[in-house]
Amino acid sequence: MSYLNPGLPKPVPAPDGLDAPFWAAAAEGVLKLQRCNACGRWQWGPEWICHHCLSDDLAFVEVEPRGRIYSYERVWHPVHPALKDQGPYLIVLVEFPDHDNARIVGNLLGDPEQEVTIGAPVRAVFEHHPDDEPAHTLVHWEMESVRGA
Amino acid sequence: MERSLRGRVAVIGVGETTYYKHGQSPDPEFKLALKAILAACEDAGISPKQVDGFASYSNDRSDPSRLAAALGIDDLRFANMQWGGGGGGGSGAIGNAAAAIATGMAECVVVFRALAQGQFGRFGQGPQRNVIAGDTAHTVPYGLMSAGQTFAMKVQRFMHDHGVEQSALRAISLASYHHAQNNPRAVMYGRPLTEEKYDSSRWIVEPFHLFDCCLENDGAAAMVLVSAERAAEVGHAPCYLLGAVSGSHHRAGASVHNAPDYATSAFKTVAPRLYDMAGVGPNDVDVLQSYENFTGGVLMSIVEHGFCEPDGCNEFFVKDNLIAPEGQLPTNTSGGNLAECYMHGLGLNIEAVRQVRGASTNQVADADVSMVISGPMVTPVSCCIFGSEATL
Repeated sequence: MSYLNPGLPKPVPAPDGLDAPFWAAAAEGVLKLQRCNACGRWQWGPEWICHHCLSDDLAFVEVEPRGRIYSYERVWHPVHPALKDQGPYLIVLVEFPDHDNARIVGNLLGDPEQEVTIGAPVRAVFEHHPDDEPAHTLVHWEMESVRGA
Repeated sequence: MERSLRGRVAVIGVGETTYYKHGQSPDPEFKLALKAILAACEDAGISPKQVDGFASYSNDRSDPSRLAAALGIDDLRFANMQWGGGGGGGSGAIGNAAAAIATGMAECVVVFRALAQGQFGRFGQGPQRNVIAGDTAHTVPYGLMSAGQTFAMKVQRFMHDHGVEQSALRAISLASYHHAQNNPRAVMYGRPLTEEKYDSSRWIVEPFHLFDCCLENDGAAAMVLVSAERAAEVGHAPCYLLGAVSGSHHRAGASVHNAPDYATSAFKTVAPRLYDMAGVGPNDVDVLQSYENFTGGVLMSIVEHGFCEPDGCNEFFVKDNLIAPEGQLPTNTSGGNLAECYMHGLGLNIEAVRQVRGASTNQVADADVSMVISGPMVTPVSCCIFGSEATL
């Protein structure tokens, strides 16, 4: 099962390797963000150096896959042929308050016409596509108020 | 010497091609660029062979060397591109041209933008390939891939933070369509918009209805800049540049929507520099052209340029406040990107010049201070202020 209809471009690690640890972790059902070993600051998206102390001693570190909705949008107009018959879908920008407010983008599972509350807690749901070419994993979100995973 | 562009350079000519719906231009893009440049030179009353510099933005494809060859220019002295996509660099390109003139690098610089989407493909479409890597690998697979989708996320948060209602966005669209009905050049001339038509239009991506989104067009626009001294000797009453600035705030370009100050048009640090250079404040501005990629960008831009408090948007953004000639802040008086033409905003700069000349189809009385905000959210953003002789 996938949240969006199949046919969108599949994420692969950047050729320069910058975000490769993120995707490798996602394939294992683990969420990792970048943290500076020198000053301890978190940052996302990944960079080659720490934006705060400018050290290049950076690590990808596992975080609890829970955050809160910083913003969201309900998309109606398809801008890709694969989404022609999709209907509305929800994209959320999820913030990690315990990790210097780093944010990542994903879809919000459930009714696409549900009311969405900014600030609401969400948890990650890993959508694995091991049989696709290439194999890949997407990181989605569901409301903490939804029981079970 | 004071380091400022204020009053040192003037626009002496403006030119536009016919504006077409996307894909409908009978001319290829390079010819459109030439036509707009020739029109601007004719308006200025100069020979195109006197042009010695070009400035553009958004990776315009009409190469200055080829333009200079086509126009038979003897001595090309300045060829400049403002970095950044979309319309963020419109006023920045004017600033770059002015800086070249003010410092003696060039004498007569054309700022231009040409677009033929029929020839080169449309905006607003997602990438169609099997895999994606890099920053966009973290957005595109989730269906976040167009400009509208990128910016709706910011606007949604701004509206949440400040209790902004849909009617505020609607007022911006209504004002643009209102002005376009008096502008025969406008693509939406003869196609008025009502509140009902707006409300019943389809969602593109919440909070943007169809009419919150810019058009997609083919055409070209150009303007001719020279020193203030030389401007005094030619054609029109000169339209002086009082200031032009560009830039963005701390980590505005952080990828995957990670700008720390996120719900912003990106003008918080830029607008104060513009007013400082121009020597005016928001209360002095007679008429405003504010780039509409999406109405939400206009709303945040106007707030961040000090015309309205963030928590006062619902009261400020009503149609009557935004229309010429009597509105408190006549805005997008040509119809702008929503209803005149989407030429990555250079049409807005041309309209601002027309207001100073007294030649707009929606003229504001005594428009001495005429401002342009270019490409909100599209960093580096830019803005500029033009003034009449009375402002010097």
